[in-house]
Amino acid sequence: MRNIYLKILALTITVVGIDLVTNAMDKTYYLTQLTMSLYYAMVVLALVLLMGYAGQISLGHAGFFAIGGYTTAVMSTINLLPYKDKPLINTLDKLRLLVLREDLYGDQILSFNPWVGVLLSLLIVAIVAYIIGIPVLKLKGHYLAMATLGFGIIVYRIVLGTALFGEADGISDVPAFKILPGLSINGEMDTKRMNYYIAAFFVVVLVYLLLNLINSRPGRALRAIHGAEEAAEASGIDTAKYKLKAFVISAVITALAGALLTHFNGGIGPSEASVMKSVRYVAIVAAGGMTSVWGGLSMAMILNFLSLRGYFGSYDDAVFGAVLILIMLFAPEGLLSLKIRTGIKKKTKQPHNI
Amino acid sequence: MSTELFFQYIAAGLTYGFIYAIVAIGFNIIYNTTGIINFAQGEFVMLGSMTAITLNAFMPLPLAILLSVLITMIVGAIMEMLFFRWLESPTVLRMIIITIGLSIIIREIALAIWGENVRALPYFTGNEVTSVSIFGAHISPQVLWVIGICSIVVVALQMFFKFTRYGRQMRACAANREAARLCGINAKNMVTLSFVLSAGIGALAGCVVSPITYSQYNMGVPLAIKGFTVAILGGLGNSMAAVAGGLVLGILESFSVWIMPSAYKDAISIAILLLILFFRPGGLFGRKEELALKEF
Amino acid sequence: MAEPLLKVEGLSKSFGGLEAVKDVSFEVPRGSIKALIGPNGAGKTTLFNLISGNIRPDRGTVLFDGKEIQKLKTHRIASCGIARTFQHIQLFAGMTVLENVMVGLHTHLHAGFFSAMMRLPSSRKEEKKAKEEAMSILESLDIAELAYKEATSLAYGQQRIVELARALAQRPKLLLLDEPAAGLNIRETAEMGRLIERIRESGITVFIVEHDMSLVMKISDEIMVLSYGEKIAEGRPLEIQKDPEVIKVYLGEEEV
Repeated sequence: MRNIYLKILALTITVVGIDLVTNAMDKTYYLTQLTMSLYYAMVVLALVLLMGYAGQISLGHAGFFAIGGYTTAVMSTINLLPYKDKPLINTLDKLRLLVLREDLYGDQILSFNPWVGVLLSLLIVAIVAYIIGIPVLKLKGHYLAMATLGFGIIVYRIVLGTALFGEADGISDVPAFKILPGLSINGEMDTKRMNYYIAAFFVVVLVYLLLNLINSRPGRALRAIHGAEEAAEASGIDTAKYKLKAFVISAVITALAGALLTHFNGGIGPSEASVMKSVRYVAIVAAGGMTSVWGGLSMAMILNFLSLRGYFGSYDDAVFGAVLILIMLFAPEGLLSLKIRTGIKKKTKQPHNI
Repeated sequence: MSTELFFQYIAAGLTYGFIYAIVAIGFNIIYNTTGIINFAQGEFVMLGSMTAITLNAFMPLPLAILLSVLITMIVGAIMEMLFFRWLESPTVLRMIIITIGLSIIIREIALAIWGENVRALPYFTGNEVTSVSIFGAHISPQVLWVIGICSIVVVALQMFFKFTRYGRQMRACAANREAARLCGINAKNMVTLSFVLSAGIGALAGCVVSPITYSQYNMGVPLAIKGFTVAILGGLGNSMAAVAGGLVLGILESFSVWIMPSAYKDAISIAILLLILFFRPGGLFGRKEELALKEF
Repeated sequence: MAEPLLKVEGLSKSFGGLEAVKDVSFEVPRGSIKALIGPNGAGKTTLFNLISGNIRPDRGTVLFDGKEIQKLKTHRIASCGIARTFQHIQLFAGMTVLENVMVGLHTHLHAGFFSAMMRLPSSRKEEKKAKEEAMSILESLDIAELAYKEATSLAYGQQRIVELARALAQRPKLLLLDEPAAGLNIRETAEMGRLIERIRESGITVFIVEHDMSLVMKISDEIMVLSYGEKIAEGRPLEIQKDPEVIKVYLGEEEV
């Protein structure tokens, strides 16, 4: 489609518009939650790829998010100073993979450059997703849901029970991620706008990639698997390979979001790995209409922003539970479909397998 | 390991094993009549025990348990009637998501009512220090209550499905819904009944185990996962195998504390779940998923 | 005589205790239309699934174009040049007719995730060509006007044609048609028959399972009869019509 550039332009204008409006209203503190919402939106878009395009449910994406976040958090906070004279550490230092900085208490610590942490987190998640994806994606329906849920819980239990990951406290004092000179992901007040635009940049690029994918050979292959897996295989599509690729790509995008948000927040806690987080992502994808990049993106921004601003109070989880139930009961094709249904009677068949 | 300690572990394993088995049977009952895995299954256990604890403040224990089981059954019925009865041929994905949503809502309501406090029912006989000696191991009488009541539940359910009219009708629906409807069986009512039954046994299990494991608003999810593990272990839909699966998992878990930090205890059972799903999705005792007989 | 396109030898498959296909051997000559008939439960669809790789045989070999394929995965068999349709129509839900047919072109295209997501010139060019090819297949089947309709929302007869179009997009050497006339009315069935003959004329070998006897007798060069998993007869339509064994099987079925 030619108008894909128009769509991206419209999205960019919206991004700038939101910034200008918050500025004009003198509510720049909203930008913090907007930035966080953007990173969570990346996870939702990654799930749209997996659930909406390829039709494979995952109740374990918080696990990938947490692996991404925790990996970079550990790498950039571990103190290697006591081992400075060991040859390995020395070599790493010479390769400029390490940085010396001051922690919160003014002590010197020597740890990995956040670039190393972020890239390593992507690599680890790609490997993990590949290894568990092979058996998991053979499963269907309830079995797939339970297996991914199980994976998520294992990750949660491990971060909660391991001293390296800070157990219940998580990891704090994660330094800024200096992407380029003058361009850095951190939670400081004076770089709020820059950070909003960095996060928005990642989201816009991701939207562009996903929109390109949907009308292409691999995109059609994924949708064909969603629509009728047996026929897809008979059409020459290596369904196992395509599902696995979609799963790994989706997991890596999620890990990137986790790693970046961890640097933005300056830390990560076990709640990021909880089952409730995974369910929340699925709820948002469902509210957005499962297959819709735009639906998923807008729902992710609205629901996460409201949640992060505390509008749901102590009923935060209940709100997402209610969203799930209501959407699935009354608008299984997403909120936007409601309008269509009451207007023109559009009847689309629900795909049967997931 | 001394024999006493060994039997101590076995007793603990059996206690948990029976509870997992009851949750698994709850899964099976609903799965057999509807094809739904009810992710809110663990919430029935939580509701049953929390309600009984509250009621026990006003009335004697047996009455409190009876009433809480009834209340949970009503919750099960309402759940089915409000959220499933009127859906026309919903997809599996839709069903999964609805039951997950329900489990969250029930949990949040429980949090609002009971808060985060850990509570417990009193021991049915004696107290936490009372013990009976079996093979030299000191075992709480509550363990015997758990084993006894759960065994009765399993046997009673078998009798119900074999010898009563409603039980036979439910089996007919599970075997072939369309044919059952043609024979004049109200399939929709059978589905409601399956929710009621599985809520009831879940609540009862929650009550008997509460003195040992304590109860909290969020106890449902781990129980649901383990119950599902057991249901899969035995082959989905097969309840007698679920009992065997439950005992295997309970005992494995109990002995795993011996070699692993207990913080990872839940991770063990989930790892078992994943291994089973990957290598034997039809269960240890079942042949293949599609060949598994729909036995209650 | 040229080597047959498909040569099946001693193919067997049982499910549990039930032998669905018992030691079946046959050939499908190049450029022919061969039909497989038999009473319900004779193992016809199982035989199809064995050839297309959806089920693995217990014993026997399937030689396609001189190559053993019985151990290959379904998608590999498809890319060898065997396309199929399904007894219960399996179109991709949520995709247009054109997109369904373009999926059929999958093995002839090359774009991967990277080049598609980056919108590289190579993938755009390929996409354009694929669209044209799919469109021309739709035109040749007279359903071009349905191109942008959602495939699963079409009438039953049209869905059968779309499935056929998708299979043709694979540029197959052998086309397996599983009851292509099931659910069609007399007029549509006749049209389907003409379509199948045209497909054969274009050089594609056709192997077909069908219940509609008048269609089978009219279009096929050879007929094979299966009963309880065993081949009981094989020959030209007129021979089959007179075969006492076949008459017994079919009349026996009708008496019940």
